[in-house]
Amino acid sequence: MLLAERLRHRFGAVTALDDVSFTVQPGQTLAVFGPNGAGKTTLLKVLAGLIHPQGGRAHIDGGRRAIGWIGHQPQLYAQLTVLENLRFWASLYDVPLPPDLLSRLGLAEHAGRSVRSLSRGLVQRVAIARALVHDPAVLLLDEPFTGLDRTAAEAFSRLLAQHAAAGRASVLVTHNVEEGTGLATEVAFMRAGRFVQLAPRGARGPAQVAEDYRNAIA
Amino acid sequence: MRSPDLLRHAWAVASKDLRVEFRSRTAILAAAVFVVLVLVVFKFGHDETAVSNSDLAPSILWVTFTFAAILALNRAFQLELENQALDGLLLAPIARGSIYLGKLVANLIFVATIELLGVPLVALFFNVPVLPFLGPLAAIIALATVGFVAVGTLFSAMTTRTRYAELLLPVLVLPFMIPPLSWAVLATVRLLAARPLSEIVGWLNMLAVYDVVFVALALMLFPATVNE
Repeated sequence: MLLAERLRHRFGAVTALDDVSFTVQPGQTLAVFGPNGAGKTTLLKVLAGLIHPQGGRAHIDGGRRAIGWIGHQPQLYAQLTVLENLRFWASLYDVPLPPDLLSRLGLAEHAGRSVRSLSRGLVQRVAIARALVHDPAVLLLDEPFTGLDRTAAEAFSRLLAQHAAAGRASVLVTHNVEEGTGLATEVAFMRAGRFVQLAPRGARGPAQVAEDYRNAIA
Repeated sequence: MRSPDLLRHAWAVASKDLRVEFRSRTAILAAAVFVVLVLVVFKFGHDETAVSNSDLAPSILWVTFTFAAILALNRAFQLELENQALDGLLLAPIARGSIYLGKLVANLIFVATIELLGVPLVALFFNVPVLPFLGPLAAIIALATVGFVAVGTLFSAMTTRTRYAELLLPVLVLPFMIPPLSWAVLATVRLLAARPLSEIVGWLNMLAVYDVVFVALALMLFPATVNE
């Protein structure tokens, strides 16, 4: 479903990706943990086709139509309402707006409000709705919990769990081990553009993964 | 990508841009104020005994349109950077060309709105009779505007992620604007001097060729300008 094969990319003297390879199958969630500047966002952008890697190849079954992206920037137009934003993005995917999307994310009562007037947590929920508007087979998540309060983060985690249970794949990158571990079936630690460890999460909980992360990154 | 899809997605991008501008009204108001200000300054700074109104009006008209258009072009891709919406557009399964065409259409409507304000004001301030020549004048304005907005939209995409986008855009785009602007000014001078229409047909043909060449070139080059 998702394949990364010997990905390499540099920005000038900075190595962003250095021989990164992995696959993610339907139903799997790969959580990539790494410090700031490790190359996590570049990895997602290469997977999404937003950056052409200087070496290696990335492939996602279904191409761009299969991808949903949730990043720390919401990719929304602040002057437009929630509904106008979602309708715009749906039109680019040639799909109607799913009738239950707003209610699933608790946005029904905010549909007519401009994005500019929403709190950071609500904006992030709209960004999630935007990413799900075309029912993508693969979700690429770049620090998706940023700005979400505890309740919203838990609701979002449940949504991602449903996404995985429906046989969809996800790649989540974050520097926060506690947030991502619960969702992960596979765990990778990234440093200076390299995967220093890639393994199934197995029975490891957040505390164990956090300790493994500290050991691997140190 | 089929042509109907290309055009439908382009219209989705254009109508979104226009809706955003309609809501904020920042750029259109700035451009409108600019147009009025320039025309007022020229009106009161102009010595009619030195240069006649009909000789000066075409140059003022096109100087005003050019700089008002640059205001529009500067904002065309800036609004996509606010929340990294540009990445969302590039990720969508649409042809890159539809993004360019959408931006071009939105910019053309924006500049046309400014031109609709500018033409009557020039006629009023400089006492130039435009009504008898409205059809040919509209043709000159439309053809010249398509040309320089097509080039400007491409350069706007190129410069928008750079640090000095607002400075770079006019520096890059003005040399490419010189041909259509000079042809437009020459044609407008002859038109407002009530010369035969046959004298401006050549300039109109040149403008049409410029439009076809640069819209086609911009459509080809646009994907390379937005890829990281």
